[in-house]
Amino acid sequence: MAAESVTCPECGAELSFPAKVMIGEIVPCLECGVELEVTGIDPLAVDLAPMEMEDWGE
Amino acid sequence: MRIGVLCSRVRVEEKLLFASFEALGIAPERLDEREIAARLGEFHPELDVLLERSVSTSAGLVAAQLFEAAGVPVVNSYHTSSVCADKIQTSIALAANNIPQPSTEIALSEEAALHAVERLGYPAVLKPPVGSWGRLLARVNDRDAAEAIIEHKEVLGGVGHNIYYVQEYITKPGRDIRAFVIGTETICAIYRSSAHWVTNTARGGAASNCPVTSEIADLCGRAALAVSGGRGGVLAIDLLEDPERGFLVNEVNHTMEFRNSIDTTGVNIPEHIIRFTIAQAKGAA
Repeated sequence: MAAESVTCPECGAELSFPAKVMIGEIVPCLECGVELEVTGIDPLAVDLAPMEMEDWGE
Repeated sequence: MRIGVLCSRVRVEEKLLFASFEALGIAPERLDEREIAARLGEFHPELDVLLERSVSTSAGLVAAQLFEAAGVPVVNSYHTSSVCADKIQTSIALAANNIPQPSTEIALSEEAALHAVERLGYPAVLKPPVGSWGRLLARVNDRDAAEAIIEHKEVLGGVGHNIYYVQEYITKPGRDIRAFVIGTETICAIYRSSAHWVTNTARGGAASNCPVTSEIADLCGRAALAVSGGRGGVLAIDLLEDPERGFLVNEVNHTMEFRNSIDTTGVNIPEHIIRFTIAQAKGAA
C-alpha cells in the first residue's frame, strides 16, 4: 500500500498518488511539472526521473 | 515457468503488460537494467525466458547479449534487436530480401552525404541511424538546407551523427501504417495520420484502425523474417504508401509501443506478446 504522500525533490510540494503506482512509473509533480520516477512503494519514494536519452525509444 | 521482464522506466505499455500477466495468472520477475552487473562466466539468471522492454536501446541490446550468453532466450533476440535498432542494418536486411523500401543511401562523410542527397533529389530525408519517436528527423528541401543540416550534424553531433542515413522523401497520403507483428503474423495495424510529415504518435499522429489486407500481412511477414534471421519476433513495422510503388517498409521497431492501438484495433496486443514470449521459453514446444 502506498504511503499517503511524498515530497517533490524539485519544489518541495507534498504529493499523493494512486495506491497502484508501480516502481519505475513516471508521474508528474502537479505543482512544478517535473517528471518523477517512483523508486519505492512501501514507503512511497520518488526521485527526479532521468532525462530522455538519445537512444531511448522503441 | 520463470519469465523475466526487463525494464526501468515503466511506460503505459509495461503497465499493460504487467496487467496482462496478472490476468493470465502469471507472476513474472521484474528486472531493472540499471541494477545489472554481470560477471562474465558467472551470470546464471534463473529464468526460462526474458521479455526485454528497456526504454534504452543500448542497455536493452547489452542485456540481451548477457542473457542469451547465459542460455536464456530473449524476446526479441539480440540478433533481431540489433538489426532493428540500427536503421542501416535494417535497410541492409530488407534489401537483401528484396523487400521494398524507400531508396536509401548510407554516406560516411559530410561531402559524401551531400552527394547522396543530391542523387536522391529534393526533398530528401536525413535520419540518425539510431533513434526513435521521430527524433532528429530532417526533411531537406533544398541544397542550402542540406549543407546546413549536414554541417550541423558533423560539427555538433556525436560520432553516430557522422554516419549519414539518407532516404528519398515519400509523398504519402497524410498518414503511414504501423503494423503489429507477432512471430510472422500481422495481428493488427493502425493508420497514423498527421498534417505534419512526421506521423509518429509520439509526435501527435492520430491513430485509427487499418484493416490487415493480405498484401500488408505478406509484406510484414517477409520483413519480420528478414530482420530476425528467419525466427520472427515482436515487431512494429512502419509502412509508407507510395502512390506508384505501393507499400514500402520504412522501419521496424523491436520494443514496440502500442498504447494507442489496443482500443483502436480491438486486439489485445500485450496478451499476444506474452503468449509469444512463453512460446520462446526454454523447453517450450
